[in-house]
Amino acid sequence: MADCGEPDGPGNKDDITRSKNEGKELTKEEKQRLRKQKKHQKKQKERKNEKGPSETEKDKTPVSLLPPPQPVATQKAPSALPAPASAPIPVPASAPFHSSPAPSPADKPAKSKAELKAERRARQETDRAAKQPGSSSSGIKTKVPLSELNPVVKRLPEHVQVDDPAVVKRLAKKLERQQIPLRSDYGYKVSLFSHLHQYSRKAPLTQLLSIPSTVIHPSIVRLGLQYSQGIVAGSNARSVALLHAFKQVIRDYTTPPNEELSRDLVNKLKPYISFLNQCRPLSASMGNAIKYIKKEISNIPSQCKEEEAKTKLLTCIDRYIEEKIVLAAKAISKYAIEKISDGDVILVYGYSSLVNNILCEAFEKSRKFRVIVVDSRPRLEGREALRRLVQRGISCTYVLISALSYILPEVSKVFLGAHALLANGYVMSRVGTSQIALVARTYNVPVLVCCETYKFCERVQTDSFVSNELDDPDDLMVTRKGKTQLENWQDVSSLGLLNLVYDVTPPDFVDLVITDLGMIPCTSVPVVLRVKNLDQ
Amino acid sequence: MPGADKEADLTERIEAFLADLKRGGCGTGPIRGSGETARETTALLRKVTAQARWSSAGDLMEIIRKEGRRMTAAQPSETTVGNMVLRVLKIIREEYARSRGSSEETDQQESLHKLLTSGGLSDENFRQHYVHLKANVIEAINELLTELEGTTDNIAMQALEHIHSNEVIMTVGRSRTVEAFLKDAARKRKFHVIVAECAPFCQGHEMATNLSKASIETTVIADAAIFAVMSRVNKVIIGTQTVLANGGLRAVNGTHTVALAARHHSTPLIVCAPMFKLSPQVVITTVVRNRIILSKVNVHCPVFDYVPPELITLFISNIGGNAPSYIYRLMSELYHPEDHDL
Repeated sequence: MADCGEPDGPGNKDDITRSKNEGKELTKEEKQRLRKQKKHQKKQKERKNEKGPSETEKDKTPVSLLPPPQPVATQKAPSALPAPASAPIPVPASAPFHSSPAPSPADKPAKSKAELKAERRARQETDRAAKQPGSSSSGIKTKVPLSELNPVVKRLPEHVQVDDPAVVKRLAKKLERQQIPLRSDYGYKVSLFSHLHQYSRKAPLTQLLSIPSTVIHPSIVRLGLQYSQGIVAGSNARSVALLHAFKQVIRDYTTPPNEELSRDLVNKLKPYISFLNQCRPLSASMGNAIKYIKKEISNIPSQCKEEEAKTKLLTCIDRYIEEKIVLAAKAISKYAIEKISDGDVILVYGYSSLVNNILCEAFEKSRKFRVIVVDSRPRLEGREALRRLVQRGISCTYVLISALSYILPEVSKVFLGAHALLANGYVMSRVGTSQIALVARTYNVPVLVCCETYKFCERVQTDSFVSNELDDPDDLMVTRKGKTQLENWQDVSSLGLLNLVYDVTPPDFVDLVITDLGMIPCTSVPVVLRVKNLDQ
Repeated sequence: MPGADKEADLTERIEAFLADLKRGGCGTGPIRGSGETARETTALLRKVTAQARWSSAGDLMEIIRKEGRRMTAAQPSETTVGNMVLRVLKIIREEYARSRGSSEETDQQESLHKLLTSGGLSDENFRQHYVHLKANVIEAINELLTELEGTTDNIAMQALEHIHSNEVIMTVGRSRTVEAFLKDAARKRKFHVIVAECAPFCQGHEMATNLSKASIETTVIADAAIFAVMSRVNKVIIGTQTVLANGGLRAVNGTHTVALAARHHSTPLIVCAPMFKLSPQVVITTVVRNRIILSKVNVHCPVFDYVPPELITLFISNIGGNAPSYIYRLMSELYHPEDHDL
């Protein structure tokens, strides 16, 4: 975002002044401003702690008049103007009592600037007063936590509102604007899941695109096809592929004249993300990666040259992959290997790149163990894991998930991978994981989940219905003894096939989560999220 | 000689039956359902009674025991065969006791006292010859056959007592009893059935197609999704291969997981099993097929699962509904304790 704010004014108030002077705001800038206000308030807190409390009685009166308009002002910028109307009245009275270096509003020629400055100062006063230990007004106290928590209305993602025709129409309009074809649902959907999309693999979105596509970069088209056909699967693989595709996009990008790179590139990425979402709903890890990229792009200063900016972005992305995925995997392996002892019988489910990594490294460090690979229809991803482990020389056993009760008495530990870790401690992973955790808990076998921190997400969920992914129902068909029982399932009106992709495991089934930050219990996920947010 | 012909015919039929049993085990499940197996076994035993040469009840019991041992050895996992043999042995004992006269009360173990103190009727050797014993035994076996033919209908008649409207019912794999049960309820009530497909044989698919043809809303799910959807299920209704003496089950692969998931969500687990599946065994040996496909990989494919009685809520059989804790008592009515080891 280009910063064309006022050159003068005290240093740390620049942010608010600048953002106020943008005029009628866009949603993104509004959000930026809220973020900056929060930062500003935090800095105010720190400054307050350095100085002693310098309040007087007069400070309290203007402060008590202000709470009603203040919460409105922090949340909605367009209504900023009514607030200063009340502010100038008490502020001039207390201006001589302030140690604030800002000139009094009456000296400034531009009235709007004066009003805004007054409001800003009024807010400073409120904050200072609120931070005092002797602050009496309860209205202030309730105001402060409100602004700290920064209430933003969370909008429900479209892909879990398929049963709402208004949402579907809105999405269709948005896609039309971005010139991306809309993918249509396939087959009879089970009534419990009518709020989710169900696509067929035989009808990829790329068939509806014109070639060559002018709107979507070819590497993104290829990526979308790889996602929808299941060629690239697994949350780490998908995120890395996404980041590499974005790198290619950035390399091929040229800023159009009269546009800023930081704003235009983000707008260019929006249709790509919609397209990928249509091909296959984005995973939590991909969502976090996209958020990171957008933040990096918007933080590019306007005076940066294009080549410089592009190299900077490319190095950022490389560093992200290196830190969050590669190095995280190494750290997790280091912690996990401590948990593997000689003579262990380890159970793994499906194919998790992280868990495979751990087992291969442990084997290289000469731990003696054997592995039981549990697999399930229709994806049968366990075969890939089996192949890789056997290639390394690890002795393996292979069973289907229905044989779990039979094989569990032999098992000493269960290692599971995760697709995402939710903020209420639930583990979202491949369907079947919760079953394994349940039966393992019955047999008192410890369950360890391995997950990098970039997969932590702020959503909360308690069951596998409200937010999930429905895969192609035709995958469930199978031919046994030359007969395919479900061949014409479409013709039978009362028959439905359900091919779920994910499920959520309650935290009481999981004993330990191994992350790159260490080994934590499942319920500490929101703590990690908070630490991460403060860092950013 | 007509006698010799009959004997040859009899042995031929027994051999054919044994061959069928042996073959049924190595494919993807038995060729015929357990109901049919039970009926065939009983019919065969009736023939043995009619055509074999015996003079006293003891002889007959020896012959039947011998044949029974051969039949169970042919296919150990098919327990209905053994169960029918035990039923017939009990019938013979009863008929013998009735022919002998009034002392049947002391012979029968009606009371708990008798159960504990009578260590077996060792003084009874079944050597006496009674004229009408053969006819009586054959008549009793005919009654048994009639009972067997009506088991599925008897169970299905109870369906409306257990299924209410708009329910979501989960079932696993394919069971003819459960299919009849659900179809009977569907005549009057509307409900939804979720079928777990039960890999690798995927018999759930056939069950789903049959149910959907009866206009029942059916959904097929993969085994991995059982726990995920269990929170929306109101009841789990399953069939089983055998009911064990302690009230536990020996059921198709994957049933134990379903039972655990149902217990976690406090969903009732109902087992529809006719009485001929009740077996006096308690210890089971799982039938497993092992194959080594790569040089360092073992593949396990167990056919059956053991489900402990604590996970089961109700047994529905042709004689009504029972709790698992009552199964041992029913067993004492059907089989004689001396026969428990064939």
